[in-house]
Amino acid sequence: MRNRAANLGDRRFQRTLMALSGSVVSVLGLIAVYLVKLSWPAIREFGLPFFWSTDWDPVKDHFGAGAFIFGTVTSSFLALLIAVPLSISVALFLTELAPRKIAALVAFMVEMLAAIPSVVYGLWGIFFLAPLLRLHVQPFLSRHFGWVFLFQGPPYGIGMFAAALILAIMVTPTITAICREVFRAVPETQREAALGLGATKWETIQLAVVKSSWSGIFGASILGLGRALGETMAVTMLIGNRNEISASLFAPGQTMASVIANEYAEAESSTHIAALAYVGLALFIVSFVTNFIARRIVLRLQGGASR
Amino acid sequence: MKTELGNLGNDGLLRPLKQGDNFSRLDFRRTVKNRVMLGLLGLASLVAILPLLFILYYVIHRGIAGLSIRFFTQLPKPVGETGGGLGNAVLGTLILVGLGSIIGVPVGVASGVYLAEYRRSKYANVLRSAVELLAGVPSIILGIFAYALIVVPMKGFSALAGSIALAVILIPTVAKTTEEVLKLVPDHIREAGLALGLPRWKVILRIVVYGSRSGILTGVMLGVARISGESAPLLFTALNSQYWPHGLLNPISSLPVQIYTYAISPFDEWTQLAWTGSMVLVLFVLVANLSMRALIYQKGSGGKTK
Repeated sequence: MRNRAANLGDRRFQRTLMALSGSVVSVLGLIAVYLVKLSWPAIREFGLPFFWSTDWDPVKDHFGAGAFIFGTVTSSFLALLIAVPLSISVALFLTELAPRKIAALVAFMVEMLAAIPSVVYGLWGIFFLAPLLRLHVQPFLSRHFGWVFLFQGPPYGIGMFAAALILAIMVTPTITAICREVFRAVPETQREAALGLGATKWETIQLAVVKSSWSGIFGASILGLGRALGETMAVTMLIGNRNEISASLFAPGQTMASVIANEYAEAESSTHIAALAYVGLALFIVSFVTNFIARRIVLRLQGGASR
Repeated sequence: MKTELGNLGNDGLLRPLKQGDNFSRLDFRRTVKNRVMLGLLGLASLVAILPLLFILYYVIHRGIAGLSIRFFTQLPKPVGETGGGLGNAVLGTLILVGLGSIIGVPVGVASGVYLAEYRRSKYANVLRSAVELLAGVPSIILGIFAYALIVVPMKGFSALAGSIALAVILIPTVAKTTEEVLKLVPDHIREAGLALGLPRWKVILRIVVYGSRSGILTGVMLGVARISGESAPLLFTALNSQYWPHGLLNPISSLPVQIYTYAISPFDEWTQLAWTGSMVLVLFVLVANLSMRALIYQKGSGGKTK
């Protein structure tokens, strides 16, 4: 009798937990449903060419997201170009070199970078980073590398370059954290083997640590990419918000997330709202797929490590 | 591990030796390279933490100038008038975050408990993926979700819509930290409870969850700190307001959205408010993170001495 009562309590408890947590699963589905519903008028009117047309004209009610996709892809990849090598180096420093106390301190500070609100990055970017770029970095780059199309045009400070830099800072903690786990999972015997062959510390890192971690580093980068794609406020405040594709990194641009942040609240026509929701739907799908892939890679590695 | 051992650079650690190899020169080059590369790794770490130091310095340096009682008690003044504060935004953030937590915390904790206590079940795997994927959804998309869910049917921007967006962001954070905290509880404690004849739900609630309450609470604090800094999902759900909050069905002001609005405004008075608001936010986030850190440290060292 007591046993059955206990069983009943157990089952009720588990059901309650499942009911509450079930909302997580259903919210994920609902997001997709609502995004499709909101953007349906735009999907019907503009179809797939929406994604390569660059004609975004709220006055004439004609919309194409090409410029924003270009902006999102460019800023995210530039950010990764900076953040991935940096994060790998930091993770190597933390796992292979630093004494425990210093490693803990540096790791904590890098983690804190992830905790600072996006809007604070934006504020700092406007008042510190952008002036620094405008007055010092960009003139230097155009003086010495001005023959490359990337570094031409007037130095505004605010623009694609500033957005990519701030994104790089913001995704570094994510990539570093995963890389650290990956490097830690490398068996100690592998390092000892390399050292035993007479390798220097650096050669050991190359031979025993990095070489067997490439897929993990790849997974970490994809995870960072997912964060960069969806980052909104700091980018909105720093990218300059112009619906154009420019070859120069100094020029202002626009990303998928920033156009939504800029125009959604003020959108007048229902087509405009639908077009913005369509951009959101695309962003949702892209970040969903990105995260899914990254998760698969990282999970497989963790599974492999524990076995 | 299949590694092409012979391929390691020109100064080849393991290339076949040739007659006339100058060993001391080879070693010298390798040693120098070793020093330089290790130095670069250290330098990279310095570069990575530099932005944090700069941001903290700037936010505190420029924010502290505007810190006073009136920052928390007064409404912003119109352009041209001096003084004024962000009282409405501070209160608005408290309301939004409070309501968001009331909605999000039970779901997050329940998910975390399920993930930790029934971790081998099939549903736990589905739930784990859902939590991870939800954590990866850009926050602005959750703004659109709350817009479609609340703003469209109720025909107006509202605090309620904003707090629902924040709740959805809070859930995965709380779920993940709860799961991790509960996993720290060793299995023999659960077994001891079961051996005493307690039903499983009592073991989970009264022993595992109760014993980890401070950890769960810190996880919640961490999530709350995170959502109090979110602005993207509030832009077109809670919108913004120049007045004191009135009711959950009206637009409401919040610190992050006010910071955004004032950061891109040309008036010194307003940018000063933005800096002070940022300082308040950053300090809150810092304190929450430090207390989480202290707790983990305490737990970790406590376990070792036993």
